[in-house]
Amino acid sequence: MAITRGFTRRDRSDPRLPPGQYNTGDAWPVLSYEPTPRLDTATWTFSIDGLVDRPQTWSWADLHRMPPSTYEGAIHCVTTWSKFDMTWNGVSVNALLDLAGPRPDAAFVMARSHTGYTTNLPLADVTGGKAWVAWTVDGKSLPVEHGGPARLLVPHLYFWKSAKWVSGLTLMDHDEPGLWERSGYHDRGDPWLEQRYQGD
Amino acid sequence: MDRLVITPVPPVRPWQPATVVGVRQETPNAKTFQLRLDGPHDFVAGQHFILRLTADDGYHAQRAYSAASPPGQEPLEVTVERMPDGEVSTFLHDAVDVGDTVDIRGPIGGHFAWDASTPILGVAGGSGIAPLMSMLRAARAAGRSEYMTLVVSARSPQELYYADELNGRGIRLVYTRKAPEGNARGVGRLTADDLAPVVAVGQPAFVCGSPAFCDAVTMLLDSLGVPAHDIRVERFGPSG
Repeated sequence: MAITRGFTRRDRSDPRLPPGQYNTGDAWPVLSYEPTPRLDTATWTFSIDGLVDRPQTWSWADLHRMPPSTYEGAIHCVTTWSKFDMTWNGVSVNALLDLAGPRPDAAFVMARSHTGYTTNLPLADVTGGKAWVAWTVDGKSLPVEHGGPARLLVPHLYFWKSAKWVSGLTLMDHDEPGLWERSGYHDRGDPWLEQRYQGD
Repeated sequence: MDRLVITPVPPVRPWQPATVVGVRQETPNAKTFQLRLDGPHDFVAGQHFILRLTADDGYHAQRAYSAASPPGQEPLEVTVERMPDGEVSTFLHDAVDVGDTVDIRGPIGGHFAWDASTPILGVAGGSGIAPLMSMLRAARAAGRSEYMTLVVSARSPQELYYADELNGRGIRLVYTRKAPEGNARGVGRLTADDLAPVVAVGQPAFVCGSPAFCDAVTMLLDSLGVPAHDIRVERFGPSG
């Protein structure tokens, strides 16, 4: 690596910050590449298909009848901001997968959005209570620019994995790059390992 | 829905050192840095590169910047807006000069890329013009300037990037706060009236600027009948 003359360490006393990230404070920058869609919860659905025993489709009302689940903590965007002390509510992806019944050979998922966006994740990253379909943030309905009415929430990975406007998960026996991953973003995206781009 | 077509793009190259070979004050708040890279750094207009600063103790910070120069032109140019308290942009503005070295990797991004083979509309707000300038320059270099229609919104003439090149057919300038003397349109945010004459059915629109700008333009394009799948958006956030 090239050392840049005169560049020095910024004070980073906050141990909650993964490498190369800064605390965005109250701000919540928006990053997405498609036009913001307007989705109607009356017709909105979320589905799980692929390598499962019982493919499922839930309506907005169906998901709200599931046991509620909460995430409290940080999110980390690959564009280098992190946001702390957030409270998200929705349903655990675990609970949804339990109903669909993943087959033994399922090892990866492709998350899909109502916009056509896709992003790939190891199945292990959306099980074990580490992932949600979330529709409220800090006590309010998730704003559309942040993925409302509901988005995938996988907060231990860079936030592009948390597909906005999520429409479902497809379980697969192999990994396959999603939309940004095909353009150079990392297949897993662990912020603590700084897995921003392919090869990191 | 499989409408988000990705333009074929080159592979993401590993980190490589880049030497600053020129610095140009683009506007009072923006500087263009010319970078010489020895390794391959081919890209498609609209893509971005990651610029990394490293301290002698290994500490580093990185940010994404769109290429503003067209593919194939040396040196590579990126324009950096000075963000208040931006760790990388303030250092680049205040401390980096010709002869300094940074690390670069890329190119990144595929949805906001254009190979100058079909007509498009570009709509830029403020610093969001950078990737669209790469596209305009690429179209002109290919002798296809008629393929790119570009609408640029700037706060004032002083804050307009690349002003010397933003003239000729197919370029429309919109000022939101202060316009040049005698400007017939006057000042004000972009409206459907500004876009209606340049919207064409079936032609993709590339929109780049702040999130608020992008959402406003997306709604205007929607009101003019441009379907969502023909709109590509690149939101420039306060990423430092």
